[in-house]
Amino acid sequence: MTKISLGKGINAGLRAAMENDPKVVIMGEDIGKLGGVFRVTEGLQKDFGEDRVIDTPLAESGIIGTAVGLALRGYRPVCEIQFDGFVFPAYDQIINQVAKMHYRSMGKLRMPIVIRIPFGGGIGAVEHHSESPETLFAHVAGLKVVACGDPVDAYWMIQQAISSDDPVIFLEPKRRYHEKAELDESVPPAYPLHQAKVVREGTDATLFCYGPMVKTCLQAAEAAVEDGRNLEVVDLRTISPLDLRTIFASVKKTRRAVVVHEAPFSLGPGAEVAARVTEECFYHLEAPVLRVAGYDTPYPPSRMEEEYLPDLDRVLDGVDRVMGY
Amino acid sequence: MSESVPGLTPEVFAPVEAPVSPPQASEEVEFVQLLTPEGERVEHPDYSFDLDDEAIKGFYRDMTLVRRIDTEATALQRQGELGLWASLLGQEAAQIGSGRALNSKDMVFPTYREHGVAFCQGVNPLNLLGLFRGVDQGAWDPRDNNFHLYTIVIGAQTLHATGYAMGQQRDHAVGDPETGEATIAYFGDGASSQGDVNEAFIYASVFNAPVVFFCQNNQWAISEPIDRQTRIPLYQRAAGFGFPGVRVDGNDVLATYAVTQQALKRAREGSGPTLVEAYTYRMGAHTTSDDPTKYRLSEDLEYWKLKDPIERVKAYLARQAGVDHNFFDEVEAEADKVAAELRQGCLAMPDPELTDFFQYAYVDMPDELAEQRDQYAAYAASFNAEGEG
Repeated sequence: MTKISLGKGINAGLRAAMENDPKVVIMGEDIGKLGGVFRVTEGLQKDFGEDRVIDTPLAESGIIGTAVGLALRGYRPVCEIQFDGFVFPAYDQIINQVAKMHYRSMGKLRMPIVIRIPFGGGIGAVEHHSESPETLFAHVAGLKVVACGDPVDAYWMIQQAISSDDPVIFLEPKRRYHEKAELDESVPPAYPLHQAKVVREGTDATLFCYGPMVKTCLQAAEAAVEDGRNLEVVDLRTISPLDLRTIFASVKKTRRAVVVHEAPFSLGPGAEVAARVTEECFYHLEAPVLRVAGYDTPYPPSRMEEEYLPDLDRVLDGVDRVMGY
Repeated sequence: MSESVPGLTPEVFAPVEAPVSPPQASEEVEFVQLLTPEGERVEHPDYSFDLDDEAIKGFYRDMTLVRRIDTEATALQRQGELGLWASLLGQEAAQIGSGRALNSKDMVFPTYREHGVAFCQGVNPLNLLGLFRGVDQGAWDPRDNNFHLYTIVIGAQTLHATGYAMGQQRDHAVGDPETGEATIAYFGDGASSQGDVNEAFIYASVFNAPVVFFCQNNQWAISEPIDRQTRIPLYQRAAGFGFPGVRVDGNDVLATYAVTQQALKRAREGSGPTLVEAYTYRMGAHTTSDDPTKYRLSEDLEYWKLKDPIERVKAYLARQAGVDHNFFDEVEAEADKVAAELRQGCLAMPDPELTDFFQYAYVDMPDELAEQRDQYAAYAASFNAEGEG
């Protein structure tokens, strides 16, 4: 049992995956000697060499495009995109090639590629460094999209993503890189990659969240106790596909739901959760499914990000509204 | 009021002097040629064709069959059997010359027009029709013939080729000119403007990847002439990326073979990438949906007809190599047979079922997608049931 941060959890998970499978290579900008701008790949190049931990030229389409070629050659590339907003030069390769190769080849070719993206805000950064682009990937058939929310998940989910024969967009909550938790590597993972987990049991309403909002929602749930409310918190973990079974089970129990994410409100993951819950749990609901999300503007200058991002108070406001029906 | 912005001094805005008469993209510059349009063998100081006349007869057969396949596919489109066809007319030598230079372990990343290279790699021509007929998106297994699926997004495959070549390096399959492996990426003059192609050049260069960038400069990107893509001959761009570039007469199958072979050898032995610019001409339309009469002159076509890649080989074989008409007749007969088979096979292609294609979206299909498939299948079946009743 060791206390480990979320960032170190991913690092340890990458290390384990590379030890277990010589075909795993990792590639990205500044990931070698520097260990990445967030130090997530620290020490890996030293131990696995420059052929398996590849410092790439500063060209994101090139990172993903060459990863496609490496995957066709039998490798399992793990690509680091430095910041969320910098994934877009690679968007064509991700959408048109990575996502569609298996379909195009009628199952003959696989793309076991993991694309790691530090996402979300709250770190006082400049433009393009705080975005939540998950919908732009979750809407594309052929991709799977997951987000880790705690260090233990970080350790296991990155390994599960690397084992996946489908391409995985792996979202890392950058403002939680330094959050710590106890990790026992000898205990096998409790959840498969594409399963949501109930991180706090409750009875009055469910908060659905993922990534950086898991901690926020847990804090909100603790605060709500003072108001006499017992909230359930579900870490979705997987955005595409959604784990509908866990979502429906929770809503059928609590009868009220609020979806929380940093991504903009309209057409965000919350819209899909709300639609699905409405279709499947209509007669169980005491209130419409509500959303607490980023606003439908570009991400603001960082002096305003605390107002823009859902926080404990905005989550509780959402809870007040959903309880008000 | 600030009078000047620091760092933006007037000098910055001064017009940059153009270099002294740079060679223009469309200008005739020297290229490697080993067989003239008249069918005369010529020497080149750096490249030689070292195969015998039997091999040249083979090239003639390849080019003739491929042109016949192409003609038949165009006819099938005109008759409504294909939705679209991208003709390779005029580019047979570029494709057969480069395709025949490949070893069995080399890997090919084509665009959507490399029917000749596919033929060299042993891909059944019928399989090429599927995506143009709309029954699939490439029905062959790229691992069977080391011929990747056609890529429609312009230039994207050059990065795949580079990554694949980086895999060959990591597999220690590079270094020996005899047993080493190489990768070849096909693309066109239009693609040379794409970011992906330029990124592929950079990745291949800095990693010294065993990849040959084979650019068929057919002068046209749909309606845009080469001058809209570049101010200098394309092969000269390689110098800026730090690897050799060479322009070859793309209508000369002997020269294309020799130049590609040397570039592949360089890659296999671990000396890195080469850019080959095969200077040729797109004799047909971009695709069957295009109308070149709107943007180019028929005189240009007449000029390039005199440089036909097949006629010059025929002239050589008949006049210099003593090949008699029986050979040419046999090849014609074979071409007709191949075309007839292609037509028959095309018409016999079964229509695909949407239900079958859900499974290909993912290796591990999510439950909810399986549910969608079942819902669709039940919905579709309800019409059948009504029809039967």
